Amino acid sequence: MSFLSYFRSQRKKNASSASLAKERLQIIVARERLQCAGGPDYLPMLQDELLAVVRKYIQVDRNAVRMQLDQEGDCEVLELNITLPDDPETSVRVR
Amino acid sequence: MTRIIVVTSGKGGVGKTTTSAAFAAGLASAGRRTVVIDFDVGLRSLDLIMGCERRVVYDFINVINGEAALNQALIKDKRVPGLFILPASQTRDKDALTTEGVERVLDELSEEFDYIICDSPAGIERGAYLAMYFADEAIVVTNPEVSSVRDSDRVLGLLASKTRRAERGEPSVRERLLVTRYAPSRVGRGEMLSVEDVQEILAIELLGVIPESTTVLNASNSGMPVILEARSDAGQAYQDAVARFLGEEREHRFLTEKKGLFGRLFGGSSA
Ligand SMILES: Nc1ncnc2c1ncn2[C@@H]1O[C@H](COP(=O)(O)OP(=O)(O)O)[C@@H](O)[C@H]1O
Ligand SMILES: [Mg+2]
Repeated sequence: MSFLSYFRSQRKKNASSASLAKERLQIIVARERLQCAGGPDYLPMLQDELLAVVRKYIQVDRNAVRMQLDQEGDCEVLELNITLPDDPETSVRVR
Repeated sequence: MTRIIVVTSGKGGVGKTTTSAAFAAGLASAGRRTVVIDFDVGLRSLDLIMGCERRVVYDFINVINGEAALNQALIKDKRVPGLFILPASQTRDKDALTTEGVERVLDELSEEFDYIICDSPAGIERGAYLAMYFADEAIVVTNPEVSSVRDSDRVLGLLASKTRRAERGEPSVRERLLVTRYAPSRVGRGEMLSVEDVQEILAIELLGVIPESTTVLNASNSGMPVILEARSDAGQAYQDAVARFLGEEREHRFLTEKKGLFGRLFGGSSA
């Protein structure tokens, strides 16, 4: 390994520190937003499992599965957004 | 119309009081009549940052309790015309703050001032709740660090549900992000969350980025709002943020490190 690439690889190794922080935050924040929305407490687990199912077939990001709880009149609506990679047009929406 | 602005964060020690003092001094310097209120009852510090601690006679709680008139408690800043400070009580606790009392004081201040800055205490208890309750706008102060970002996200949830605007179904509180204690060199090395990371997670408009700077400590040692240190990086970053707050377009500075020889040699392509 050359002198320069030694320093470059050190940089890469550290790069994971901030990205780890970001990934952890995305998970925490998604969970807390669901909880604060006053939704049932199985929502974060439901979201995790949905993500696992999607990932069995398609390689997607951690935040590709988004859930949101809304109130429409007397009805509670659980909105589920799954963003597929590369082609944003193919976003699947289930309601 | 008077605008009420809360400077809030959830987490303590991130730079709310530093920011409140800077914004108050900056807005007053721009010719807006501005008052800054310390909501940190029992742990006041705004008077120290503003350098007026020896002139405190009456405080916010005295006014709420009718023990002093508002103009007896307001302290006029000696450097910036049109800038006033309403200090917190050092001896009472947060229960002395009542919704009605705070509303009455804010109403009275609204007759005199263009901007009312509410310096929120840490946490999400009574003091922090009342500091945000009447707000029209919020400056969410966040450090590029996991627990601070998480707390800011919780505070955003509260701003959207626990404020007077939310309860009355009025247009929501305008929320803007101020990232403080930012160390571009550490971001460059991948050790610290970048502004983009923080903004992506919190998903609100970016008002500014204040670099980690020794000037901030020096300014607080001498009781001088850091924005008045016009030649320092932090002072200039606050000036930019205030200008953006007032609607000016300014490019973000201090986002990358000033590279020395070593940085240029080994910096690679990313910076
Ligand atoms: N940009 C900055 N660079 C360096 N130190 C800072 C910066 N902003 C704040 N600090 C320091 O952080 C500490 C907490 O700041 P403060 O404004 O009192 O935070 P809070 O009101 O959120 O508790 C103080 O010691 C202050 O000097
Ligand atoms: Mg403070």
